[in-house]
Amino acid sequence: MDADRIGRTLTRIAHEIVERNKGVEDLALVGVRTRGVHIARRIGQSLKEITGHDIATGALDITLYRDDLMRQAVGPQPLVRMTEIPFSIDNRKILLVDDVLYTGRTTRAALDALIDFGRPKAIQLIVLVDRGHRELPIKADYVGKNLPTAADESVQVRLQESDGVDEVVLEQAVDPSKPGGAR
Amino acid sequence: MKKLLKGGRVIDPANRIDGTCDVLIDGDRIAQVGRDLPVNGATVIEIPAGFIVSPGLIDMHVHLREPGQEHKETVATGTAAAVAGGFTAVACMPNTVPVNDSANVTALILAKAREASLARVYPIGAVSKGSKGELLADIAELREAGCVAITDDGHPTSTAMLMRRAMEYAGMFNMPLVEHCEDTSLKADGVAHEGFHASALGLRGIPGACEALGAERGILLAELTGSHFHVAHMSARQSMRAVRKGKEAGIRVTCEVAPHHFTLTDEALAKPIPYDTNTKMNPPLRSDTDRDAMVAGIADGTVDVIATDHAPHHYDEKSVEFDRAPFGIVGLETAVPLTFDRLVHAGHITLPRMIELLSCNPATILRLTGGTLSAGVAADITILAPDLRVTIDARSLHSKSRNTPFDGWILRGGVAATIVGGRTVYSNAAAGLTV
Amino acid sequence: MSGLRRKDLLGISELTPDEITLILDTAQAMKEIGSRTVKKVPALRGKTVVNLFFEPSTRTRTSFEIAEKRLSADTLNVAIATSSVVKGETLADTAMNLEAMNPDMIVLRHSSSGACHLLSRICRSAIINAGDGLHEHPTQALLDAYTIRERKGRLSGLKVAIIGDLLHSRVLRSNIHLLTKMGADVWVCGPPTLIPANIRDFGVRATSVIDEAVRDADVVMLLRIQLERMEGAYFPSLREYYNVFGMTEARLKSARPDVTIMHPGPMNRGVEISSEVADGPYSVILDQVSNGVAVRMAVLYLLAGSGGQEGAEHEEAA
Repeated sequence: MDADRIGRTLTRIAHEIVERNKGVEDLALVGVRTRGVHIARRIGQSLKEITGHDIATGALDITLYRDDLMRQAVGPQPLVRMTEIPFSIDNRKILLVDDVLYTGRTTRAALDALIDFGRPKAIQLIVLVDRGHRELPIKADYVGKNLPTAADESVQVRLQESDGVDEVVLEQAVDPSKPGGAR
Repeated sequence: MKKLLKGGRVIDPANRIDGTCDVLIDGDRIAQVGRDLPVNGATVIEIPAGFIVSPGLIDMHVHLREPGQEHKETVATGTAAAVAGGFTAVACMPNTVPVNDSANVTALILAKAREASLARVYPIGAVSKGSKGELLADIAELREAGCVAITDDGHPTSTAMLMRRAMEYAGMFNMPLVEHCEDTSLKADGVAHEGFHASALGLRGIPGACEALGAERGILLAELTGSHFHVAHMSARQSMRAVRKGKEAGIRVTCEVAPHHFTLTDEALAKPIPYDTNTKMNPPLRSDTDRDAMVAGIADGTVDVIATDHAPHHYDEKSVEFDRAPFGIVGLETAVPLTFDRLVHAGHITLPRMIELLSCNPATILRLTGGTLSAGVAADITILAPDLRVTIDARSLHSKSRNTPFDGWILRGGVAATIVGGRTVYSNAAAGLTV
Repeated sequence: MSGLRRKDLLGISELTPDEITLILDTAQAMKEIGSRTVKKVPALRGKTVVNLFFEPSTRTRTSFEIAEKRLSADTLNVAIATSSVVKGETLADTAMNLEAMNPDMIVLRHSSSGACHLLSRICRSAIINAGDGLHEHPTQALLDAYTIRERKGRLSGLKVAIIGDLLHSRVLRSNIHLLTKMGADVWVCGPPTLIPANIRDFGVRATSVIDEAVRDADVVMLLRIQLERMEGAYFPSLREYYNVFGMTEARLKSARPDVTIMHPGPMNRGVEISSEVADGPYSVILDQVSNGVAVRMAVLYLLAGSGGQEGAEHEEAA
């Protein structure tokens, strides 16, 4: 996907959100660090353009909820970043935003984290790319693009805000024993 | 039974001999030393080229721990360690349990030494009863029983007055007073040399001045009484300065330095093993400047003796927090390699000087027959291999205890064989010489 | 992505500036957890952490305990009353008995310098130093640094004055290591009898003239004077100490106007610090306490995964 395509996809998703939820009342966006946050902001921007309303947006770091923490016998810990959800999630519909949906483990971790923050009315999952190979029963509500992949391939999402360019590329993973992102 | 040690380099400073010579042993005595001696039915032992035949080495500061602390060492294991270290004789300290302040304890030690029949043992008796620092010990009785000097080692003599009286009294027998030099109040609860490393590691410090205060006190009292004062285990440059000045003034002061004080510094507290209790002793390992001052004093003649302060402690006792561990390390079996490697091969002293420090001078100071290869004296001989590659292995020490910081060190120079009274009591297979 | 590739946290002296920054950055993320309704994350779930305290300490121990619980670890508090006279089980034996129960981490506070090094040689568990004798108290220095960074935005280039009983302070040593590594200009101040030997070799300025230390200081850190053994031996009286070295508002005037006042606690009001200063607007003494939990969470988290050897890189999940 190129920059243009990504832009149009996100706009399309924004429209879908408004349609499915019959408006943007009670909605809040929570992006999964790091790139999910940028995507969430962009969607929030689109939603504002469509409806004229500001949508509350937060950032969630799921490192401490990962199911693979402490399971490697040795090695340094993954870096923990700040979680910033400056609003109550109780009784809201949370739109959880991530860049790639793969095994589903990140989403599971994000769900665990969100439950610790409060009791949302509902949680809907938005992903830019769904690359298949689910290991848990997780499904996205809004998908930018379905991209069937092989296990030894990796999907790289690059965004202007963090990487200087907007693109989604499919790459051969350097080490076939490492999955291209524990999703 | 005659043995002819043929072709070694004989170094006998007392008789001004340094050269290739033969030594003829007859029974337990030295019969003759000379070039190309006739064999005349003696067993010939070829001494390999480069090996040194020297008067038996004497360690005048050893803790044998018997009676009372036999879990650390006994006279038997201690003298075994001594001969493995090349020493034909040791002088043992009185801080046993009970303290050696009586003929009984002295007799016990001597009996054990005879039983082991390895190195000769010369007990040093206490200055005060129980080493409590109150009343003089029965010094004449100790002398009669076989003690060669007096000390309250383990701690300093309690007061100047007591030291004065002891020196005057022991002076009757021309016995030296050996002193653990220290000012108790300044030492306080210190456990390491006061300096950068102790500060960094959070260890309470003992300044060099603490030792020097004790040295200066003893030197002045030696001047006052005309008696002989010997500074034990000297470590601080300020003490060296005091001894030098005392000698210049003609005062009867002598001193000894232990191998760890001319080798290690307080950096050993931090590396390679931080808080290694095998670097904890009193007086402590000090700064580079102090260590260098010890080497300089050994080289320029201010230092009379190298003595180990061999202080065995059981493994369990040392496997505790640094400030709870007892002070001291073993030293009998590491002294010769360290002296060779760090002093002789490093160019600081000559081989004859090494023999003076390890044999002639201790004999003179303690008024022993020993330290020479003169005809008619007991055949106490140490054969040294100056180029032998020695790896210190704590597990194969002959001492009962293993508390050494030198484990794993590779040094150049060691002991080939030790002969006491004509009998070979130790032979080092690695040196490749059968005596 | 770097990590703490080490088994234990024995002291700041072994840490690199990058490691220190990593701990502080991680602490920032951890701090937020304390403001949630559910103050818990599953990161250390199923891990056993033993708080082995040979010296009494409510403050540090509870701080560690909260930190451990917030990470979902199982904590075990072992408080051992010791006196130098009582010869019970050795530290080594106590540790080996604990090891047999397979704890993942041991937080040790002990009255002997080097106790943590001893434990580290004996135990497989990760050892965290909560204060050993006069040697170091690394998590205290880390939380101090965090607090300074929070207030000032940086550590490098700040003038930090540390005043008090320097000789007997493990907090001092840890802070000196940390602040010098991070580029601060450190001044230590106290009576000459309480300044450790060779202190200048640590890269700090040392003075007994308090105004020299305080002038233009960005941070003033007061250290506790230990009442029990001080009087008469190191300085004549507490009164004299307060007169010469006590931190009063008057003394503070020559510091920078936005100076930050710190104290590791517990404070002796009227000895090293006056009440006005302790309760004043620039005092962050209570912040230090709350930051302590975040910093300790960061340390526990960062050490928990590392086995101390080289390991496979974790995939970054974002």
